[in-house]
Amino acid sequence: MFLFARTCLLRLSWGALFVSLLFLCQNAQAQEPPYFVTYSHALEEPDNLEVAFKGTQGAPKYGNSFAGGTLELEYGARAWWTTEVYLSGQTTANDSTVFTGFRWENRFRPLLEEHWINPVFYVEYEDHNTADRSLLEVVGHDSVSDLRIGNAEARKDVEHEMEMKLILSSNAKGWNFSENFISEKNVTQSEPWEFGYALGASRPLSLKATARKCVFCIENFAAGAELYGGLGDSDGFGLKQTSHYFGPNIQWNLPNGPAITFSPNIGLNDNSLGVLYRVGVSYEVQQLFGRFHRGRGGLR
Amino acid sequence: MSRRRLSGFRAQLLWMALVLCAAAAFAQDAKGWPQRVPEKDRQRVDPYSGHADAIAAGAKLYAQHCSKCHGENLEGSGNKPSLHSEAVQQATDGELFWMLKNGDLRHGMPSWSSLPEPARWQIIAFIRSAKTPMNEP
Repeated sequence: MFLFARTCLLRLSWGALFVSLLFLCQNAQAQEPPYFVTYSHALEEPDNLEVAFKGTQGAPKYGNSFAGGTLELEYGARAWWTTEVYLSGQTTANDSTVFTGFRWENRFRPLLEEHWINPVFYVEYEDHNTADRSLLEVVGHDSVSDLRIGNAEARKDVEHEMEMKLILSSNAKGWNFSENFISEKNVTQSEPWEFGYALGASRPLSLKATARKCVFCIENFAAGAELYGGLGDSDGFGLKQTSHYFGPNIQWNLPNGPAITFSPNIGLNDNSLGVLYRVGVSYEVQQLFGRFHRGRGGLR
Repeated sequence: MSRRRLSGFRAQLLWMALVLCAAAAFAQDAKGWPQRVPEKDRQRVDPYSGHADAIAAGAKLYAQHCSKCHGENLEGSGNKPSLHSEAVQQATDGELFWMLKNGDLRHGMPSWSSLPEPARWQIIAFIRSAKTPMNEP
């Protein structure tokens, strides 16, 4: 099992490296908190494209180890509107490697100035099968038993879902605090509404920048923690019979390079995986279509 | 007054309220951004003003986050405004800080509230220290 996990992490790393190298000629630095599941109110800057790879690795009890990977393309359509496409796949030990589906999400900031709490509306369409192991959120009665189903069987169950989130987020004294309330509905099958939550807190390790250029300066690191899980569905709302995870996050923003994020998530009950490892690499391409842009500038 | 006429009157009131709100929002938008800054924010002073280290750090942050839009020498690019402009040069530290925090989302300037406050002040120290083209020899 250790060998499998190592192989998977190596594959994830090569994938991440490939994505990074694709854009090495560009100059970029993201400003997003180091979360994997929780969203803050930091949207993509207008006309910037963030290319990110997020990997998961877990080993369910009485099941095969898996590694999931999601490629994310996040574009700042406006300063108040970000749109994003996700492509997901996974590989399971002693089973197979499969493409599991896509998602398209949009985030909108209804209030155009900063407040103590900043709301963001999130709307997503999902077209994926139940072999998906990206664990981008936990909703309803999601459980570790779902992760034991073989790929051949899980691929037959394709879900078309609409997901909505209310994102509340605050920045204070260098800290970010974000709370997400998730609701999801299968639009092709008569299933109840499913609910979930995600909470995150993070802070850069230094609030000031240093004058010199450096790779390992403390200002290039951010740390935080996430707590997320399901809240049941409209037939049975609550914290029971679903999974919950908690984990610390650490992010390293390489100067003029990608941001690398890592988080070991601990399952908090018997319905959760024991440990879920998450790794992320993101790279921001600034002003992708700048020369064609016809918008007005802000500081006039 | 019949119930039907009353509901019609209420609908008219609602429309008037909506039109007034839209007009207020438009009027707010029509003001220049410095006029939208609350007085207590306007009075704030950059704690790093003139500090050589902070200016150098601000230059680094500016290159990372701002230069792609506003140009390496603050000259602006395309439809992105120059930071040598009169509006920026005449703005107080507090007004610039307010703009970095809130952005101008309607017009394409993102909010940089996720950058810590000291880092934002460092950027302002750098912008203040940058010579305008007229001042250059």
